[in-house]
Amino acid sequence: MASAQAHALVPGLKPFDSAPAEDAAALERLALWAMRRYAPVCAADAPDGLAIDVTGAAHLRGGEEKLLVDLEARLEEAGVRARAAVAPTYGAAHAAARHGGPAVIGAGEIGQSLSNLPLAALRLSPDLIQSLGRMGFETILDLERQPRGPLTLRFGPEAGKRLDQAFGRTFEPIIPVIEIEQPRVEQVFADPIGAPETLARYVGLLTDALCAQLERQGLGARRLDWLCHRVDHRIEAVRVGTARPVRDRRRLTRLLQDKIETVSPGFGIERMTLTASIAEPLDWRPSPSSLADEAAPDVSGLVDLLANRIGARSLYRMAPAESDVPERSVRKTAPLAGPSLAAWAPDWPRPVRLFPSPEPVQTMALLPDNPPTHFTWRGVRRRIRRADGPERIYGEWGRRDAEMWAVRDYFQVEDEAGERFWLFRAGDGLDARTGSQAWFIHGRFG
Amino acid sequence: MHVRPVAELAALRARIESLETSGRSRAGVLPFGVAIVDAALPQGGLALGALHEVAGGGDGAVDGAIAALFAAGIAARLPGQVLWCLTRPDLFAPALQQVGLDPDRVLYLETGDEKSLMACFEEGLRHGGLAAVVAETARLSMTASRRLQLAAESSGVTAIAVRRWRRASEAADFGQPTAAVTRWRVTAQPSSPLPAPGVGRPRWFVELLRCRSGDCAEFSLEACDEKGRLALPPELADRSAAPAAGVRRTAA
Repeated sequence: MASAQAHALVPGLKPFDSAPAEDAAALERLALWAMRRYAPVCAADAPDGLAIDVTGAAHLRGGEEKLLVDLEARLEEAGVRARAAVAPTYGAAHAAARHGGPAVIGAGEIGQSLSNLPLAALRLSPDLIQSLGRMGFETILDLERQPRGPLTLRFGPEAGKRLDQAFGRTFEPIIPVIEIEQPRVEQVFADPIGAPETLARYVGLLTDALCAQLERQGLGARRLDWLCHRVDHRIEAVRVGTARPVRDRRRLTRLLQDKIETVSPGFGIERMTLTASIAEPLDWRPSPSSLADEAAPDVSGLVDLLANRIGARSLYRMAPAESDVPERSVRKTAPLAGPSLAAWAPDWPRPVRLFPSPEPVQTMALLPDNPPTHFTWRGVRRRIRRADGPERIYGEWGRRDAEMWAVRDYFQVEDEAGERFWLFRAGDGLDARTGSQAWFIHGRFG
Repeated sequence: MHVRPVAELAALRARIESLETSGRSRAGVLPFGVAIVDAALPQGGLALGALHEVAGGGDGAVDGAIAALFAAGIAARLPGQVLWCLTRPDLFAPALQQVGLDPDRVLYLETGDEKSLMACFEEGLRHGGLAAVVAETARLSMTASRRLQLAAESSGVTAIAVRRWRRASEAADFGQPTAAVTRWRVTAQPSSPLPAPGVGRPRWFVELLRCRSGDCAEFSLEACDEKGRLALPPELADRSAAPAAGVRRTAA
């Protein structure tokens, strides 16, 4: 399209010269960013895509769907409009992201997810798509149904190869980007190795070498990427993270060896690399404890081990948050976060089990501020013997408009058996603006 | 009837114990500070570096509220960090603070399934840097509990399994044998009436269902105070009631 024609179509258009080299460099930087954030095996897929091998790395972001949401949101913040998809093969993910397939394709769903997509989704050359279209092939299903022999004879091997790559019948390697400046060690084997014991021994040796390199540079590893290049060109990737910079070879080896069961060696592994993909300064420093006291035991090793096993989000501390509303008064913090400055008020009774959301109960109570005489919860009617309250908690109008006038009156009640519950009334018992005056149970005391 | 001398019995007990622990050193005991409870436990307290089981009775088998507070009271009286493994994240941290377990001391671990919970439970025990590991679990097989008990013995870390089931009918599982050193069931009891309207310190019916080299026992006790200590009810103790600071208020 000529520039003049484009200007006529879009008023206020600003033309820029095409710069393919700069585009490629920017895409490479984006791939490096994705490698740091999501998974050790990432590659730029010119001209406009990223390939990320999320095998074994998606759980660190809370699963594949959450990883996609996070990826798209992060790119959006940086001004990049992106569509992302996860599939068992790169060909299928490529097709789903660019031609409107489902965002997450599970194992065994490739056939039905791809069948109705156009041929352009298969990464074929434009000439080939045109000549296939002339023969009446429009969707991937049309092509998949054809016998392979005549197809290859007429159109060459490309169509069959791309089909096989999309459906996972042949393997397509992703050649990962690497950061030159990262501490990195490599071991090439004359004969492929595969036994778990051998893997364990060599990962120990690699860790030794990496720790020596880190020590020379005065660094500690925050994250390690261990890549096993198999003889069939697949890459098995393991990523482990630590809460603080670590250079202790025993701890790092333990973290990696914990993951050996996730590495499938196939016909053998011919090359291993170990990279400290995040390294931070770590200098010798005097121990802060005095000689008289016994030093507090260090739990960071345990935190790293557990966080790598079950995901960093599943390991946390609870810290006080600035809110009187019970469900907002706790927030999760990092497992090695320092002591929090805020504190919960010690004098107000709080239940040991707080329900995820309050459950409605049937009660009878004298308005405005008497506790109920009995309540029915989950089909069981309980008579209240003793009660304490109300503890009035006001809505936080700063957070939501709906809480402008909201009030909750909390009562601690004890039934005839001595079991204690935390009930509240939505509203102050007088004014309809403050709530529905319905009763709820919010927790159980011990 | 011939009565055996006390010294002979004590020597026999010591010999059995050395056989049971097979030479591993004992990590000591944590007294409850209530004379009748400590008298029921061998060596006068809860064995440290061992596995203990706690469950709630009645509704408590499902919500595990009292069992969690009982475990928190024990953990609060041990110095150091505590790992608390959960599958259902409904534990409310301010309540743990009210029995003396400071939020800075508790590390929560949330897993999706019981199998990885058990693996993390054992890993926490083997590390050795923690004061106690508490895990809320429904299933505890003989094999799993044996592994946990060995891990606790080797590192000296106290393990508390809070048994909590999905349905009250599944609580029959609590009768199955495990390798735990003690097994407790804690149920709510009506508290003593106050002279004014309001609720007082909660009362628990604490049953020691199983105790290695000890007898079963049951007690009626006042719940954990702000330091995690249990107490005798005032009408049973030969003294006036200790003020339960914190949880007591009168109605407005």
